[in-house]
Amino acid sequence: MSVGERVTGYNEEQLGELLSALPPAPDAWVQAATELPLARQRLEEIVERAKADERYRRQVVAYPEAALEQAEVVAHAQNVEIIRRRLDDK
Amino acid sequence: MGQTVGVDAVEAMGMRVQLTDGQLVARCRAGDQEAWAELVERFSRYVYAIAVQAFKLPEHDAEDVFQEVFARAYEHLHKLRDDDAIRPWLAQLTRRLCIDRLRASVHEQPEDSIEATDVDDRIATLDESMAVHDALAILPDGCRDILDRFFARDESYRTIGEALELPSGTIASRISRCLAKLRLELEGRNPEAAAS
Repeated sequence: MSVGERVTGYNEEQLGELLSALPPAPDAWVQAATELPLARQRLEEIVERAKADERYRRQVVAYPEAALEQAEVVAHAQNVEIIRRRLDDK
Repeated sequence: MGQTVGVDAVEAMGMRVQLTDGQLVARCRAGDQEAWAELVERFSRYVYAIAVQAFKLPEHDAEDVFQEVFARAYEHLHKLRDDDAIRPWLAQLTRRLCIDRLRASVHEQPEDSIEATDVDDRIATLDESMAVHDALAILPDGCRDILDRFFARDESYRTIGEALELPSGTIASRISRCLAKLRLELEGRNPEAAAS
């Protein structure tokens, strides 16, 4: 039985229960995920600048969180890891 | 063959149009940032619910999984073989990351065992919820908003009344009417099943 077939068999109370099962994720989480393309673009800019400027590269490697915050990118673990990985490639 | 009307033309007529999952993925892959935002909006509740309800992850772990799911989806969207299969793909990705997270936490504290069948059942229910949610998106704004506020956001009649500028005494009857519309919408999508 497909999902479509199952849901048509429900009464209004059951529909309400199914709607209740999907509360919204916290706004900040959704916003961070929504801004991923912009964040990735800014990460690229940091990496490109670091590759062209050795002094800046050392700063970023030492304090990646600060570089991310300066670029207005959320400094969560995954973004820090991306920066480290990309600059280790050099 | 009937004449087809493009999405843009339908939007220009002031009608609400819901892109299919496949259309949305194709737009994301083409670099459309608004499409990406819509994809996150469409699946954020699903990913969140799998992490928090099916796997019962604490909020901080659920947040890491949530961000990781969308980051990986963004990076690997081009690997998706069937654009319409984005939802099961995200479910599988979320499931895998939740399991990794639970395994990592086993060393820190004893965990309540989570049976695979419980998780499967819970995700199946969430799939049904997503189908209902998809139908909800087609309903008029007033219905969509009031049902979402009451059921998914757990808002009181009073809060809903204030937010939507409606007398709180009318909220219950409006909810009932909107549920009936939702049911009709679902039956319209699958008339054979509705008649059985």
